[in-house]
Amino acid sequence: MELDKLETLLERYDAAETTLVEEEQIRAYFEQEHVPEHLKSYKLMFQYVAQAKEERYEKALPVQPKKSLNYRWLSIAAVAVLMLGIYLQVDQLNQKTTLDDLSQDELMAFNRTVEVFSLVSSKFNKGTDNLEVIGLVSSKLNEGAENLTHLKEFNKTTNKIIKSK
Amino acid sequence: MTQSDFVALVMPFKDKVYRLAKRLLVSKEEAEDATQEILMKLWSHKQRMEDYNNLEAFSMTMTKNLCLDRLKSKQAQNLKLVHSNYEAPEVSLQKQIELRDSVAWVNKIIEELPEQQKIIVQMRDVEAYDFEEIAKILEMKEIAVRVALSRARKTIREKLTQKDSYGIR
Repeated sequence: MELDKLETLLERYDAAETTLVEEEQIRAYFEQEHVPEHLKSYKLMFQYVAQAKEERYEKALPVQPKKSLNYRWLSIAAVAVLMLGIYLQVDQLNQKTTLDDLSQDELMAFNRTVEVFSLVSSKFNKGTDNLEVIGLVSSKLNEGAENLTHLKEFNKTTNKIIKSK
Repeated sequence: MTQSDFVALVMPFKDKVYRLAKRLLVSKEEAEDATQEILMKLWSHKQRMEDYNNLEAFSMTMTKNLCLDRLKSKQAQNLKLVHSNYEAPEVSLQKQIELRDSVAWVNKIIEELPEQQKIIVQMRDVEAYDFEEIAKILEMKEIAVRVALSRARKTIREKLTQKDSYGIR
């Protein structure tokens, strides 16, 4: 490129009137080793720009997918569990609750059970009868202890007598 | 939309998002953080992503807004040291060292530009967007974009020539 043509281009460059194509021409010109002294500042500028273009963002892109719970399926599962619970509850309410509802066999089994329970209960009562004897022993022991206090009283008085002597 | 669809969609412009964020926030870590956040927002809105007719422009607008917000909240938090321009007549040693790396010097100059000019320089000179797109992304008029860009370009060159006139290479 001739120098005078370049200089008019640079003038327009300074006024920010050049197109990108023209700026590319200027840049190409300043790639050469030797430029006139008064144009050195442009060369520096373009050198810097070439260097600045080389910078890169080197960190990894932050694109890990978010681990979000799928709430739709979660709610469906919750409803299912709830329904199951209600169904079982209703089932239980329908069960037989009075003796009249029971069949012959069931009634017999029930009576048997009651019999066994009352037998066990009577045995328990026998056990408590024996416990009464222990209670008696304990009351006798208490009586003995009371008598001991009398002895203590007697001991005190003898001590007093010994002292007065 | 699957992961690979998303990656394919985002891949072409993720670096542009990062570079714009870095231009505004300066530090690499903060720029990465901002990019991460933009990508995460895009991912979480992935169902709506097909509705955006220009995903890249949309993402760039998002990036710009996010970064400007961060800068604002940072300024609100921090006490600002207002330094008067005590300039030593001779070039300080530190400046001399900085000047040696001329390309890094351009970066410094751009850092000193107002935010809006930074964004425009980034999008035009680095990412080569056309003016119409830039105007759309920044919600500005095209002519205003041109004016800001022209100002930025002139400032950058002015400072570079100043530096050159110190005669240090």
